[in-house]
Amino acid sequence: MNSMIRRETYLDWNATVPVRPEAAAAIAAALRDCGNASSVHRWGRTARQRIEGAREAVAALVGADPDGVVFVSGGTEANHLALLGSGRKRVLVSAVEHSSVLQAVPDAERITVDRGGIVDFAQFEAKLATDPRPTLVSVMLANNETGVIQPIAEVAAIAHRYGALFHCDAVQAAGKIPADVGAIGADLVSLSAHKLGGPPGIGALIIRSGLDLTPILRGGGQEGGRRAGSENLPGVAGFGAAATAAVTNLVDYERVTRLRDDLEAAVLATAPEAVIIGSGAPRLPNTSAIVLPGVSAETQVIALDLDGVMVSAGAACSSGKVGPSHVLQAMGAPPEIAGSTIRVSLGWNTTEAEIAHFLQAWTAMYRRVKPRGSAARAA
Amino acid sequence: MSATAAAVAQRSNAPPIYLDNQSSTPLDPRVLEAMLPYFTEQFGNPHSESHVYGHNAMAAIETARGEVARLIGADPREIVFTSGATESNNLALKGAAHFARAHPIGGKVRDRLITLLTEHKCVLESATALEREGFAVTYLPAEPNGQISLDRLAAAMTDRTLLVSVMAAHNEIGVIQPLAEIGALCRSRGVLFHTDAAQAAGKIPLDVEAMRIDLMSISGHKIYGPKGIGALYVRRRPRVRLQPLIDGGGQERGLRSGTLPTPLCVGLGRAAELARLEMAQESERVGRLRDCLYANLRRRMPDLQLNGDLEHRLPGNLNFSVPGITVEALIEACPRVAMSTGSACTSASVEPSYVLRALGLSDDRANASIRLGLGRFTTAAEVDFAAEAIAAAVSRLRQAGATFAAG
Repeated sequence: MNSMIRRETYLDWNATVPVRPEAAAAIAAALRDCGNASSVHRWGRTARQRIEGAREAVAALVGADPDGVVFVSGGTEANHLALLGSGRKRVLVSAVEHSSVLQAVPDAERITVDRGGIVDFAQFEAKLATDPRPTLVSVMLANNETGVIQPIAEVAAIAHRYGALFHCDAVQAAGKIPADVGAIGADLVSLSAHKLGGPPGIGALIIRSGLDLTPILRGGGQEGGRRAGSENLPGVAGFGAAATAAVTNLVDYERVTRLRDDLEAAVLATAPEAVIIGSGAPRLPNTSAIVLPGVSAETQVIALDLDGVMVSAGAACSSGKVGPSHVLQAMGAPPEIAGSTIRVSLGWNTTEAEIAHFLQAWTAMYRRVKPRGSAARAA
Repeated sequence: MSATAAAVAQRSNAPPIYLDNQSSTPLDPRVLEAMLPYFTEQFGNPHSESHVYGHNAMAAIETARGEVARLIGADPREIVFTSGATESNNLALKGAAHFARAHPIGGKVRDRLITLLTEHKCVLESATALEREGFAVTYLPAEPNGQISLDRLAAAMTDRTLLVSVMAAHNEIGVIQPLAEIGALCRSRGVLFHTDAAQAAGKIPLDVEAMRIDLMSISGHKIYGPKGIGALYVRRRPRVRLQPLIDGGGQERGLRSGTLPTPLCVGLGRAAELARLEMAQESERVGRLRDCLYANLRRRMPDLQLNGDLEHRLPGNLNFSVPGITVEALIEACPRVAMSTGSACTSASVEPSYVLRALGLSDDRANASIRLGLGRFTTAAEVDFAAEAIAAAVSRLRQAGATFAAG
């Protein structure tokens, strides 16, 4: 209604991000093209060239071989294809994985994490050592709710030492920190375009050369028989352009890190009882999970939204269900802490003025819900 | 050659005339216009409950869902967005089969499926994947005109039949199936009726109630909408239960997890709306052009053989064989017309169409068949030019063949 005068600050970049200008241009060009990339005529061949160019760009994002890039409809499908297609009957996943990993194999064994959100190596290795069945291990590179980065190369090395396949969900990390398939040592890597400035509805699974997967979607034999369906040409083109832009502009995140750190310092200066989840571990440069004890996350996000500041109470996917976060529970947070945590996530366009706007709104909210003195009493 | 066809021909550096609308349709500019804001300024995650960007995106998606539902006489709550018709078909067949296996009704096992040999690859491949899991599938032959035999279908049904899957209109030969009759038969036997309507939706009237359809697959890029989006209609009353293929955040009522791509959903919705509003007028115009093209080609090539039925046919489809030539040679000899050998997904591999083989055509005739797909943006001048260009190319090929044979 009054959006013309209302200031709006979007700090929910881990949910989705605006399409990068380079990607928007590529999408617009591809949308105007007609033709099915599998057709042999000229329009079909043009479509095919766009797709193969984008495949190289996405491969370059993670240092992979273009032949190993399989385009899918998004991160959720990529995770399903990795976990269900590997053929490994036994699956080990970390307890803080995205719901699309946890739901793909509901009876997968869980690897616990410590209070900082890092996988428990002793338990993980014991699980592999005591059960010789062929196993797939799935551990994410960086967590979508807390930003905590796993020591992923070590996880992969342990998995491989016991002959397991290793899948890494890099949906939230790619484009924010270097994510190199070789450095990680992953056999399978999931990517999503709309988390790094590409369009929604497109993602990729990176498959190590020589690894065969059973497809989920069967039909016309596209994507080397690994994923059927007419190629989403504008989506693929946009993903490619966004991947290139993300690599080129990775340096932006140095500035984002400073903004995030300033934001956290200011929050803690205002509210000494506030807690930053995972602050002891390496984290994504843009993510901050902030606990305000005794104040429900819902109250916080609604108050902030009324002041034009958009954040979230956790992952964006659970469609209405505001339950306590499984990620925070797995990190040992009691329900009252998990229920009082908001996720603030920044992006490459986030400005100092927006951080100031957040702090102004957050402080106002804090003063309302915690009248002077009550915080001191609580402490 | 008519004056306008000559004008078309003059644009020698212009892109080829697009007569491959069954493979993919161009995006309607009005659809593009509806989509663009949702890539950039309206970019919110529709599942973000905590702020207005998310709410706006979800509101746009629900409007689109309503339009998709309206096109086929469904309730919006019966529409599940997917990544395309391939996913919809996989979800319909595998989802219904997996659910039925996990939840037998009154101890009664329904583990059999019936489909046609001429279905799209993604239906056939889903069916064979289910066979490997222990389900039984009956693959019925089609009649020579491409239609199903209702008697054969009725005879194939048993009390263990779970689902019948028959394409509403065929992607290669355009044949339209008697959906209401199939639906009535299935309903009377307690069998689920799935139809792959990727080609039919928006081109011919479809009504899930009148036709008693339980599951229907729809594609965006076959109805002048975007690629990468489709829908599955899933009947609520009586309720059709499916086990999801892709699970996770629980979007789409748990039937299809994953962040919904707002611009693509909006595009599918707008495409469905335009199709509903313009279908009657458009199918008449396109049908007239197709009939002109066919008459024109027959005049120049009297030995041309039509594949499929002319009466029960999509207005924009033509599929015929030209004796004595191979379609690859024709495509090469006629680069100014974008046409195809059959379905796009198999057209990279040059094998005779399994669909035409299943209709009883010889390898030679199947290899000599060409599919022309007319659409919303096809003009009379283009059709004239295409007839001229194809006939000229055929004549050149035949002369070369004769010279070669004589030499």
